[in-house]
Amino acid sequence: MIRKLAIVLGLLLVLPVAGSTAPVRMNVQVQSGQIRMTPTFLGKVLGTVSYGVPVAILQTKGDWMQVKSAQGQVGWMHKSALTTKRVSMAAGNATAKSAASSDELALAGKGFNSDVEREFKAKNKNLNFAAVDRMEKLKIPATEMQTFLQAGAVKPAEGGVQ
Amino acid sequence: MNVRTEGLVPILGITLLLSGCAAVTQLGTTVGVATGRISEEQKQALDKSSEKASEKITPEQEYYIGRSVAATILTTYKPFDQEATTRYLNVIGQTLAQASAKPETFGGYHFSILDSDEINAFAAPGGLIVVSRGLIRCCRNEDALAAVLAHEVGHVEKEHGLNAIEKGRKTAFMTTLAVTAGKSYGGADLAQLTQAFEGTISDITNMMVNSGYSRQSEFEADAAAVRILRSVGYNPEGLVDMLDQMQKKLQPGSHGFGATHPAPKDRINAVRKIIGATTAIAEPAARKQRFMAAIANI
Repeated sequence: MIRKLAIVLGLLLVLPVAGSTAPVRMNVQVQSGQIRMTPTFLGKVLGTVSYGVPVAILQTKGDWMQVKSAQGQVGWMHKSALTTKRVSMAAGNATAKSAASSDELALAGKGFNSDVEREFKAKNKNLNFAAVDRMEKLKIPATEMQTFLQAGAVKPAEGGVQ
Repeated sequence: MNVRTEGLVPILGITLLLSGCAAVTQLGTTVGVATGRISEEQKQALDKSSEKASEKITPEQEYYIGRSVAATILTTYKPFDQEATTRYLNVIGQTLAQASAKPETFGGYHFSILDSDEINAFAAPGGLIVVSRGLIRCCRNEDALAAVLAHEVGHVEKEHGLNAIEKGRKTAFMTTLAVTAGKSYGGADLAQLTQAFEGTISDITNMMVNSGYSRQSEFEADAAAVRILRSVGYNPEGLVDMLDQMQKKLQPGSHGFGATHPAPKDRINAVRKIIGATTAIAEPAARKQRFMAAIANI
């Protein structure tokens, strides 16, 4: 009995600490999440993390979260790139019941996915997906954005957005 | 627990035709219980999961919806393939998107031009944005063009496109999702989802092309544009200048913004309240020069 009480007391000591901080771990919910040196929209991009990869959350600052990747890289990610939901890349093996009871559904590849797009394309062969694919290929590097703003004397607000 | 769920598929097929709301899921699962396909316990779990899931469409699904919406728009309107101008648009647009409240989407922000004299623009969910030559002609400087793009980024940030999906349809496909959790899609499930997908694309494109977003959504996008422009360092006066030009060019009864957006003067009044007194738009030589070069063929 005394031992049980000690365990309960021990948990009470630990729990408030865990509950008062940001989620310890979050998952990347975009194809390629950017890790930046500073918590600003023009912060230097140190690297990227792929869809479904978990990162450790060290601290939050506004809409930004300081993260540590599995490789040990530390930097800032915008909250729009992260989710607390489980992102399972493989087809899940949980039943609807267990998925619901844990308040989460495997995110990746579920619902409207590439299979659904393929079916939709097959039924609508006239649609110009080629133009969409061309659009998606054009990705402007962060360094080019910086150069462009400087060349045109466009001066971002101090510290970036928010 | 081994529960048969196939019986739900035809039931959900019927519910797709009904334009209900959360009641659709309830109906589907209740009938499922009545026909002995699922247990009461399973029903409660499904009702709960679909209720939760319908609150939020994941970024990956938003991406696939956006691709098909953009493909539909780029079939109705032809793309204007001018590499240099398109790149210029993307440098400005993708920079503005980084300063939005939603800088990271599943596939990122990408911009393209429509070969049309109509004054129009569309922001597909997830960040695929297209702007007509007619609308670009309303821009007299880079700040004004940035304002056009920031307004469209604002629609993506606020997820206005996704709001067009009928609630009953959203609930129905989220339920299919809950039912199929834990197994690969069979032919019937895939057909079911594809049908819901087609309806979703049609809901969104119909609103974008025909009715337009609500007036409130347009004012929200303008407010987001002001915030984004200021963060990046463009003068939000560019938005007013562009709207002023649009007011002059819009023909009575015209398609595009004339039919789907609040009158430019109403938008100007709302923007003026946010940005305050008129200020001159600075045009450093390099900025002016690159703008003129980029839009030479527009």
